[in-house]
Amino acid sequence: MEAFLKKMQEYVGYHSVMLGLIGLAASVALAYSSVATAPAIAKVLADDKKASLAQVMPEKLHDNNLLSSSVDVSDAKMSSAPVKVYIARQGTNFSGAVFETSSSGYSGTIRLIMAVDGEGKILGVRVLAHTETPGLGDKIEVLRDPWITKFNGLSLNNPDEKGWHVKKDGGMFDQFSGATITPRAVVKAIKQGLDFFSAHRQELLTSTPAK
Amino acid sequence: MSSGSNQYKTIIYDGLWGNNVTFAQQLALCPLLAVTTTATNGLGMGLSTAAVMMLSNGAVSAARKLITPEIRIPAFIVLIAAIVTVADMLINAYMHDLYKVLGLFIPLIVTNCVVLGRTESFAFHNPVLPSMLDGLMMGLGFTWALTLMGACREIIGSGTLFAYASLLLGDAFKFLEMVIIHDYHGYLLMILPPGGFLMMGFLLAGKRLVDARLERAQSASLVQIQGHA
Repeated sequence: MEAFLKKMQEYVGYHSVMLGLIGLAASVALAYSSVATAPAIAKVLADDKKASLAQVMPEKLHDNNLLSSSVDVSDAKMSSAPVKVYIARQGTNFSGAVFETSSSGYSGTIRLIMAVDGEGKILGVRVLAHTETPGLGDKIEVLRDPWITKFNGLSLNNPDEKGWHVKKDGGMFDQFSGATITPRAVVKAIKQGLDFFSAHRQELLTSTPAK
Repeated sequence: MSSGSNQYKTIIYDGLWGNNVTFAQQLALCPLLAVTTTATNGLGMGLSTAAVMMLSNGAVSAARKLITPEIRIPAFIVLIAAIVTVADMLINAYMHDLYKVLGLFIPLIVTNCVVLGRTESFAFHNPVLPSMLDGLMMGLGFTWALTLMGACREIIGSGTLFAYASLLLGDAFKFLEMVIIHDYHGYLLMILPPGGFLMMGFLLAGKRLVDARLERAQSASLVQIQGHA
């Protein structure tokens, strides 16, 4: 066997065939595990989504399954792709809308998820993903700092237009020591989310998402 | 190359100390500097790298008679990338809480030169069992180096130690989470990349000092150790 292998390895074709076989074996392993883990991964991702929706949309304010009640809303100001808006209902009454908003932070996009009630008041905001400076900009994560919870209950009229900035820009929101760009981006994203909701309020309130 | 249990002892000693990935070979500095902002991150990255190194060394060693030197580099890279990607999917599907902490680091392992380095310099020439042990020990050596770096940077940078360890290891390890310096506002430099270079320099100097001490103290038995190293 070993002698046969040695002999085969003298042919140039052996190298390419062997490399091809290794590639094939790797591809088979990848394809198999991708198929095998796909349902489990889809389930945990849905659970993640559910958990992040529940963080901003209090359970007691709705009795429908948010994941299965969404509408797509196109708004060029928010993003080029349609924004998925999850509609929360208590019985047949609209109790809130949950959607993602984002803006550019210090080093990359900050993605947030926010819930707004029928009056345009913020029910909750959380950061989904960011790549801000550890130790400075990461205070926007609720695990590290309660800063982001201060947005609860605010709306477009409270504070007014001027207030929707960090203090350095004449607004009402604290920046962090050493980090202004990150909180500024978060404030901007949330303001943009509120503008988005008010522009589409009627559409969302009367929408009938698939049950 | 020595044989029998001596060989295993050499593998363990080299991996953990003598030929330590970070402090002796000075390889894999990119993940080292990038993730060691906390001890927990260092530990997570280290353990996942160790698991991948053990498997990739095993796979390469098992296929070493089939792979010719001409095609070894692409063959190793394909094997390593496949193992890492499968591990990534498995951890995502079945250990999702762990994945949320480690998810960022796992794809980075493919780019870690040390994984390729060990398959090439050790696994390609040795049987499966010693190769897997070498991968594991090199990985664990990398793990303690990462954890130590992370701990030093975390204490100086933010005054805590093993913050969020329970997210990585489960609630049983909550006791690891410590606040070392209370009401500390942090020394940001240590958490940013330059702090990584600085700490790396201090730790390297530290290892040299320890090695010099050992050399002086054990000048008699040194000859024997060096015979293997």
